[in-house]
Amino acid sequence: MVEKFDAIVIGAGPSGNAAAYTLAKQGLSVLQLERGEYPGAKNVQGGIMYAAELEKIIPDFREDCPTERHIIEQRIWLLGDDNYIGTNYRSEAFNSEKPNRYTIIRANIDKWFSEKIREAGGLQICETTVTELIRDASGKVIGVRTDREGGEIHADVVIMADGVNALLARRTGFQQELAPQNVALAVKEILFIDPELIQQRFGLKDEEGVVIEIMGKVTKGMVGTAFLYTNKESLTIGIGCLISDFKEGAIPPYKMLEDLKNHPVIKPLIEGAEMKEYAAHMIPEGGYKAVPQLYGDGWMVVGDAAHFNNAAHREGSNLAMASGRMAAETVIELKQAGKPFNAANLAAYKKKLDDSFIMKDLKKYRNLPGIMHENKQFFGAYPDTLTAAAHSWFTVDSVDKKTKEKEIMKSFVKKRSIMGLVGDAIKLVRAVR
Amino acid sequence: MSIVVKIEEKLYQNRYIVDESRPHIQIRNDAVCKSCESQACTVCCPAACYSKNETGSVTLATDGCLECGTCRVVCQDKENIQWDYPRGGYGISYKFG
Repeated sequence: MVEKFDAIVIGAGPSGNAAAYTLAKQGLSVLQLERGEYPGAKNVQGGIMYAAELEKIIPDFREDCPTERHIIEQRIWLLGDDNYIGTNYRSEAFNSEKPNRYTIIRANIDKWFSEKIREAGGLQICETTVTELIRDASGKVIGVRTDREGGEIHADVVIMADGVNALLARRTGFQQELAPQNVALAVKEILFIDPELIQQRFGLKDEEGVVIEIMGKVTKGMVGTAFLYTNKESLTIGIGCLISDFKEGAIPPYKMLEDLKNHPVIKPLIEGAEMKEYAAHMIPEGGYKAVPQLYGDGWMVVGDAAHFNNAAHREGSNLAMASGRMAAETVIELKQAGKPFNAANLAAYKKKLDDSFIMKDLKKYRNLPGIMHENKQFFGAYPDTLTAAAHSWFTVDSVDKKTKEKEIMKSFVKKRSIMGLVGDAIKLVRAVR
Repeated sequence: MSIVVKIEEKLYQNRYIVDESRPHIQIRNDAVCKSCESQACTVCCPAACYSKNETGSVTLATDGCLECGTCRVVCQDKENIQWDYPRGGYGISYKFG
């Protein structure tokens, strides 16, 4: 006899965990399938975790959640060839009792979250790859097939939280293939180092952390960003660019990462650290316009698999957790009302998303991905001119300030022309308004 | 800057559970790779699983695969890569992620 659950959740990342936990907590029978050796084995994140969405799911998560450092300082750096210009924001107010942002080591969080799901009564099976969605004659999804023997399992509803590749949705025809300009490839390393060195180099005490978001010459003119985060006893450093750009360029991603690590501004910060893991992952960057069909008869899609990522604000896992929770709440509401899990009723999930920060934020930045893709000067010409301007301005010599101003202005016009500069400003304002 | 990167040294730090002789990714047709001008997989793959070979085609070794899916995306116009996840429990197993 085929086993049947109220819901099957595919994947044990932030979205799948949020969904499985919310369902189990309400007493529904939920099966969560994960293809990794353990929860987190296939997952990669920078990573910064934003507290608000996790708090909605597990209000007292701070009691035992294995976070790294709470973030008291955010730096945004534009790197030139051997320099940077940037902005930092640091505040004692971030040392609150309930911090808003933490650096994390992803596998630790996933293991912790899975424990919570099991405590709530959810059934989680690892080392199991879902190979296919099972549909009835009408096309309604009624379960999944796995690579385990006799691996057919049924459920009233299937929540796909299988990550950015979203193979199941694509193979079933629910989603189109990812366009290379809508997805970035990021590579990262975790570097272990004496915590005292972290605290000295970044001016931190105890559990305080700094995160640096990086743009500029390190992405070699490609659309991309880099980062350096402080964990308790390690640093994570990574860099990512659109796959359409990697495809045209001739630089392998690991070479780009190595160049970042050897950049004169970055090198002293990571000196003496020991690399313990190298990871790669795709990030959905297409924004609002790339969001696929999100529900249908007997199914919903959440997290990265639903292309929920706010590239402009470097937010992903909070959108994932929120969407997982909303999908689960939709299931709970339908179950309580005794309604079937057809597309018309599951549309309530889309309504929740539309009314939330997820779709509102994605919609706000809907034109940004296209503009970045078509205007490479933001990643090539601007870092050079800005750092050169700063260099001239801060070099004290016998040149008078008015002449310096003129020279700086001239250098901008030379790179982009007046109309180019005005056009870029308009484009940026339109894209983020 | 010319820094030599040894990808093997990076991958050496990772934990893999290799599914012997059952590669989860396969090149469908060697001739398509041969006629592919860009052979972008050989540059884009973050684990350098793809390399140009002496026949002008591409050799694939999936042991170091990080399961990111980039090759699947770059080759979609040629549709020459058969891409699956490894069997449950196999492949890359991130300790930190």
